[in-house]
Amino acid sequence: MNLTLYVWRQKNSKDKGRLVRYEAKNVSTDMSFLEMLDVVNEGLIVKGEDPIAFDSDCREGICGMCGQVVNGVPHGPRKKTTLCQLHMRHFKDNDTLYIEPFRAKAFPVIKDLIVDRGAFDKIIQSGGYVSVHTGGVPDGNTLLIPKHDADTAMDAAECIGCGACVAACPNGSAMLFTAAKVSHLAALPQGRVEAARRVCAMTEEMLAQGFGNCSNHYECEAVCPKGIKVKFIAKLNREFIKAQMPGNESCTGRG
Amino acid sequence: MILDGKIPSGPLHEKWDKRLSEMKLVNPANKRKHRIIVIGTGLAGASAAASLGELGYTVDVFCFQDSPRRAHSISAQGGINAAKNYPNDGDSIERLFYDTIKGGDFRSREANVYRLAQLSANIIDQCVAQGVPFARDYAGYLTTRSFGGAQVSRTFYARGQTGQQLLLGAYGALSRQIRAGTVTLHPRTEMLDLVVIDGHAKGITVRDLVTGRIGSHAADAVCLCSGGYTNVFFLTTNSIMSGVTATYRAYKKGAYFANPCFTQIHPTCIPVTGEHQAKLTLMSESLRNDGRVWVPKIKGDKRPANDIPESERDYYLERKYPAFGNLAARDVTSRATKEVCDEGRGVGPGGRGVYLDLGGAIGRLGENTIRERYGNLFEMYERITDENAYKQPMRIYPAPHYAMGGLWVDYDLQSNLPGLFVLGEANFSDHGANRLGASALMQGLADGYFIIPYTIANYLANIEPGAVAPDAPEFQKSCEEVEAFTKGLFAVKGKKTAHEFHRELGKLMWNNVGMSRSEASLKEALKRIPEIRDEFWKNVTIPGSGRELNQELEKAGRVADFLEFAELLTRDALQRDESCGAHFRVEHQTADGEAMRDDKNFSYVSAWEYKGVDKEPELHKEPLVFEHAHLAVRSYK
Repeated sequence: MNLTLYVWRQKNSKDKGRLVRYEAKNVSTDMSFLEMLDVVNEGLIVKGEDPIAFDSDCREGICGMCGQVVNGVPHGPRKKTTLCQLHMRHFKDNDTLYIEPFRAKAFPVIKDLIVDRGAFDKIIQSGGYVSVHTGGVPDGNTLLIPKHDADTAMDAAECIGCGACVAACPNGSAMLFTAAKVSHLAALPQGRVEAARRVCAMTEEMLAQGFGNCSNHYECEAVCPKGIKVKFIAKLNREFIKAQMPGNESCTGRG
Repeated sequence: MILDGKIPSGPLHEKWDKRLSEMKLVNPANKRKHRIIVIGTGLAGASAAASLGELGYTVDVFCFQDSPRRAHSISAQGGINAAKNYPNDGDSIERLFYDTIKGGDFRSREANVYRLAQLSANIIDQCVAQGVPFARDYAGYLTTRSFGGAQVSRTFYARGQTGQQLLLGAYGALSRQIRAGTVTLHPRTEMLDLVVIDGHAKGITVRDLVTGRIGSHAADAVCLCSGGYTNVFFLTTNSIMSGVTATYRAYKKGAYFANPCFTQIHPTCIPVTGEHQAKLTLMSESLRNDGRVWVPKIKGDKRPANDIPESERDYYLERKYPAFGNLAARDVTSRATKEVCDEGRGVGPGGRGVYLDLGGAIGRLGENTIRERYGNLFEMYERITDENAYKQPMRIYPAPHYAMGGLWVDYDLQSNLPGLFVLGEANFSDHGANRLGASALMQGLADGYFIIPYTIANYLANIEPGAVAPDAPEFQKSCEEVEAFTKGLFAVKGKKTAHEFHRELGKLMWNNVGMSRSEASLKEALKRIPEIRDEFWKNVTIPGSGRELNQELEKAGRVADFLEFAELLTRDALQRDESCGAHFRVEHQTADGEAMRDDKNFSYVSAWEYKGVDKEPELHKEPLVFEHAHLAVRSYK
């Protein structure tokens, strides 16, 4: 099939950027979306033009490196599918596609479709872990974890950190991302010990990085390639309120 | 030269304890004075950087992705082995050791493998403590599953995303140290050279992938944790960016490359669909627990799978390997699959596929149980193939997956260059000629969490911290070399993309140096590789400049290294005139087509020393001595 693409081209972080039209010819339905772009790029390189820069690595939907907005939707039209796993059979001949980077205040564009998601790493660095040193830990089976809790933790831990939730949110909020990590660790006894400190630190860092707050649009869940549920945002809010209770370590600063 | 692996003396089960007791320590107050560079943030790199940071060393960690959480370890699906014997099915350190050394077809170092088995249990405990959500049963205990090459259930897992969860655990530990200030993170930065001063590794030269700036970093020791080189075959299960560049450039600076011809072809990948394809996707080996592999008994049978009656199906793994059945080792399974397809009994487009059928298990256990165990794999399969594997069997075919070979290291994980340590898939040491499933995660984390923190201290205790200044002339020279290399790539101004050269090389390597190799196919490859390389340096085209984010330049650099490395791999395959594990030389097989080892002549590690691009490398040998394991003919029958 043949497609018309309007792709966001921006030379670097200082460039203003604009949409440029390309024709993608003889696209096979078995190609992934990124393979389609690979072929367009091969054509550009041979003509001596700068290929479209975009991030990708594993190409099997787990590393979270890829991500673009296709016709207004992060990762494109198919539910629970990263762009690298989106196949061209889900498009029609002669479709027109608008391809843009993930846009958010906290994700500045580096080049074309590549954005800087370092703010996500900063949120994790602020407390998205159990503060355990290597060595000196007890046998894994001394800690019994109800299957339901382990499953809940895993549901939240599946987040791949791609940033689609932020790009879809009208507030540019990283609430789903932050909530996924908070909920994963809060569901497990190993993570409970620091739960109050963690939720405060991570929420504060999220705001400091320039992400907005949640106002219940649920766009994040709709585009999440791993189907992370907004119920985890409710969980984050509960953890946050619990952290303010008397006798608990309260959040410092903004709170 | 005969290489010394510096294996401690004494009984096998006491070697690691003995080594630990002999090793020097670094005074806690002095640790921060030692700067350690870690390349890569996969399981090995992230766990090493985190553990070294916790101890108080000053660590710089580099990755070429935008975040350390993206490293290719994240793609590992099935699980991680540990000799916990929780299921009470007869597992032990000794058994895990033996399965692993047998799985590697007796081409790995006995002492390393034993240590790996000893440390395996600690890894699970560490990961649980970090909050890794391993699968649990209704009583709250950890559950396990079986994997290829083993008759016990010792594989711990987190749905079909075990690698992801283990990596996020290590990434969490690393993030904690970044916050604490012991570790400095350098994302979107690629190592392009190793700096060696007076024979010691003292730093690296890198390119900032955003600004294009080339610069050096000095250190007291360098840990390479840059993963494997399987992308030399182009269409593989590896990530797009995975390359040989970090280890190959260290090789060009004097580090020995060991057993490069030991490359694993994974039996259960989604078959190739067309020319445009950028990579192949693995379907976890864990599916072989509940799945049965078969092809039609008759050649060219075009009926849909569900219309072929039971009596007309050939469950060839169960037929050929009754003891292990569908769980035979990876190399054995891959070759058996190639064989039935060569006979014309393959299924799907092009006849390069076999069925992996979970129909029986779905009937027996119900769709829900299967969905719980493998749901994400079924979804992934459907997204790629548009086929529902709950209704019809999956189609699979082998694809390149893992590199057992890598830089040579001694028992301390130190290469022949003092101060250069190599961890995880980037080294050669633990998997011999074939890696068993669920062993890669185990090795990466054992190296990073539990081995390097001790062994690196023994090196650092003997040197003066910060002895080399960052403005030493060697760093300047290294930067100039890297600049010149980049300039050289731009100067070609040809007509073909780096991608085209990579695909051409990959096809040659897959056909001639892939699942089966012959003297003739290898000699042909040795003739063709330099021709492709010459054409690359005459006809590659790279748009843009080096002073900006330029993904074509990055790719061209990696392909340039593959074009040299492929020759080394092929030369090693030619030199090793025996079949062992994944290295199958058609000249050496039994009457029923199994690999025939030659222990008398090839029971050694081949470690190659670089002598120049168009010169033959020099072969050094480390004899493999088996004091404990009985050298047996490997059989899964």
